[in-house]
Amino acid sequence: MLTFRELEFKMAKSSTSDAQALFRSLRSAYAATPTNLKIIDLYVVYAITTAVIQVVYMGIVGSFPFNSFLAGVLSCVGTAVLAVCLRIQVNKENKEFKDLPPERAFADFVLCNLVLHLVVINFLG
Amino acid sequence: MASRLHEGKRSDPLRHVVQRMVPNHGSIGLRALICALLSICAAASIRPISDAHRSAALDLFVPSGGLFQSLEETYEALRTFQILGVGNFSDIGPATCPVIIDNLTSPASSPKDLFDAIRVNSILECQIGSQTFKDVAEKFQDLIKSTDKLMNFYYSILGLLHVKAQGVSVVLPDAEGVFYSIKALSQNDGRWQYDSNNAESSTCAAGIALEALAGVVSLADIELVQSKIGTIKHDIVKLFDSINSYDDGTLYFEEKHIDGSEYKGPLATTASVVRGASAFAAIVSEKLNIPGDKLVGIAKFLLSVGVPSSTKDLFNQIDSLSHIENNRISIPLILSLPSTVLSLTSKDQLEVEVTTVFGSAAPPLTVNLVRASSSDVKNNPILENQELQFDTEKNVHYLDILPLKIDIGKYTLEFEISLHDPENLNTYATGGHAHSLIFLTGLVKVDKSQIGIYDTDSESSASMLKLDFFKDDKISLVANHLQKLHLSFQLFTPLGNTIKPHQAFLKLRHESKVEHIFALESSSRQYKIILDFLALVEKFYYLSGRYDIELAVGDAAMENSFLHVLGYIDLDLPEPPERASRPPSLSVDPYARFGPKQEISHIFRAPETRPPKELSLAFLAFTLVPLGGFVIGARVLVDGFHFDAQTKATFISHCFLSMSILVSVQLLTLGVNLKSFPSSSVHALFSLLFHAGIAAILLLYVLFWLKLDLFTTLKVLGLIGVFLIFVGHRTLSCLASTSAGKVKTN
Repeated sequence: MLTFRELEFKMAKSSTSDAQALFRSLRSAYAATPTNLKIIDLYVVYAITTAVIQVVYMGIVGSFPFNSFLAGVLSCVGTAVLAVCLRIQVNKENKEFKDLPPERAFADFVLCNLVLHLVVINFLG
Repeated sequence: MASRLHEGKRSDPLRHVVQRMVPNHGSIGLRALICALLSICAAASIRPISDAHRSAALDLFVPSGGLFQSLEETYEALRTFQILGVGNFSDIGPATCPVIIDNLTSPASSPKDLFDAIRVNSILECQIGSQTFKDVAEKFQDLIKSTDKLMNFYYSILGLLHVKAQGVSVVLPDAEGVFYSIKALSQNDGRWQYDSNNAESSTCAAGIALEALAGVVSLADIELVQSKIGTIKHDIVKLFDSINSYDDGTLYFEEKHIDGSEYKGPLATTASVVRGASAFAAIVSEKLNIPGDKLVGIAKFLLSVGVPSSTKDLFNQIDSLSHIENNRISIPLILSLPSTVLSLTSKDQLEVEVTTVFGSAAPPLTVNLVRASSSDVKNNPILENQELQFDTEKNVHYLDILPLKIDIGKYTLEFEISLHDPENLNTYATGGHAHSLIFLTGLVKVDKSQIGIYDTDSESSASMLKLDFFKDDKISLVANHLQKLHLSFQLFTPLGNTIKPHQAFLKLRHESKVEHIFALESSSRQYKIILDFLALVEKFYYLSGRYDIELAVGDAAMENSFLHVLGYIDLDLPEPPERASRPPSLSVDPYARFGPKQEISHIFRAPETRPPKELSLAFLAFTLVPLGGFVIGARVLVDGFHFDAQTKATFISHCFLSMSILVSVQLLTLGVNLKSFPSSSVHALFSLLFHAGIAAILLLYVLFWLKLDLFTTLKVLGLIGVFLIFVGHRTLSCLASTSAGKVKTN
């Protein structure tokens, strides 16, 4: 029979080890995703990071040309959203978009990005 | 109605000139004086042709390089110079003769051009061969046979007359027929039509037709039937019956139907009729039945134009006056006054000139002043039946008015001319009675002038100060609102009569430039004014203080009209009540209106603070870091690229220096290394074009940000977009087919 202290230690160890196990399982599951989805995820991370950097910059210097700040942030966020949409459509495990060829989804992604960037450049001033 | 219109037009410019001449802050009396003097001059401004006309002719008719604007203007200029005896033909001749020869020989010249050329030639006398004249004569003769328009008849007949004057023999075939054709265009009232289609009759056309008919008679080789000439004489008499007249006795012709585009004023119309009538009068054997008074009236009208300011008007005036001067009916004699303002102080005499219209001497005659009446009192003549004496040296008739004891003022004079030799009555026309307006001016004496302040109740015991307007002492008075100001004086003419001047005003001006003007009343013997300050307190806006006193007395006949500052008065007025009106604000000095305005300092919004440059550039670099991260990560994922120490070192050593190059290179290689890059060349081309298209659009966006505008961008974007869609479709369909093939094979 374990003492209370030993139980605690074990539970703590198991909780951390649970967390570690969880993390490890997530990581392995993620490794199983196809490469193109990983590229898209990386792209989303890149876009969000850029947006965060811009917000930090604005926090430092103030929002004087507010339209420029908005344009920058919205371009990042918009492209991230479009990338997420692309990921949904391209993912083969997604039953909803089974019949949609991925090239078509990519074409939509490119077109929407071009339109988004036109608007962003116009708003940039 | 036309005469009233013209009358208004004649006097209005003078008023306009007067109003512009005198500035607004001058005295009113001065303005009225000038106005009155000028209006006299307008009424009696008939003077014979003088050197003023000659210099005007030289000023108006200015050739440029010896040439005038047109042959018509050349003829007008040369004829005017010829009549007035001025001008230099030596430079006009050589320049104009080639134009004339050109016009006469060219087959495309219109009848008007030929006519203008030939009549200029008759003055300039260029060297032209007789064959040219014969050809021109033939052209004119052909025109006469074929036309039925009045102007064509006129040009050809008068042209033939000029050609005949050059010594070439011309013959007018069927003169009776031509005469009949021209006569057929005449109307019942003595006017003519321009051609048979035009229903309106014109007075100008009448003059032209008469000239043409006179030409026909002188060119005809057989004697024309006298009855025909008699009908024309009747027409002329009827035409002269339709003459119009102004109030001052001048007579003129005018068109009855006024056609807007071709309206010729009374001067041109009268000139045309005078030319025609005098041309016709020259060829008939006995005199035309036109009363001499009418000719005098026409001559007065032509002279009353003064010195015209346009070339056509000057030509019409001078040309018609020269016809009048030399006509066979009767020569008018003009009575004119060299000066209409006579001064008693300088002992002027009344002088009258009687000459022909061009200023030549008249036959021996006597001028009688029938009546002189004051303009105010019309019916009571001051003078009657005074004969004027003749001064042979100065060629004037004069009258000494000083012994006649006429007082200053405005007078209307009526003259009568009587010729010594009764035979001269056939050749000269005196024109009945001539009216003139004159001014007699003189010094006006001011007497018994006094000014004083007195209380309301004690009127008689006023302490009056004597004033002398022509000395420089200024009086100073003190008054309060319960007192009155009294000013009185008497005015006497040189002959001792009292005079009522046109203007007598008293002006009080406050220190703050507020002015008040009062008119003086005249009783039987004196001028006086009583200012009751109690009643005027409100009018003065309750302003106390020093007021300058000015007195203005003026009259057209007064040589010493004056505006005197008499002195000043210190007025003590009560306080203004609550509701009193404010004095009017000072009028702005008119010259300050155009000076520089007050400087306005604009307040601009303070510009926003911008971060320092280094911080911005640092963050720009930070922003590009995730891009680098993405590219590298993508490469890792695609190629299973492992970071080894060497690559890491290369990366870190290069990242701060050539990060952008690395990134772009990586991007390119990434693009190239994507496994789904097609192998076949066609597909490769399309894929390349697809990437090129996207790159082009991104470049366009950069340009759009830098300098293009939205519309250009959208246009170019549309073009590239269409291209991209096409190429993209091909690329992706290729990709789709290959991947589908792969799946199938898998």
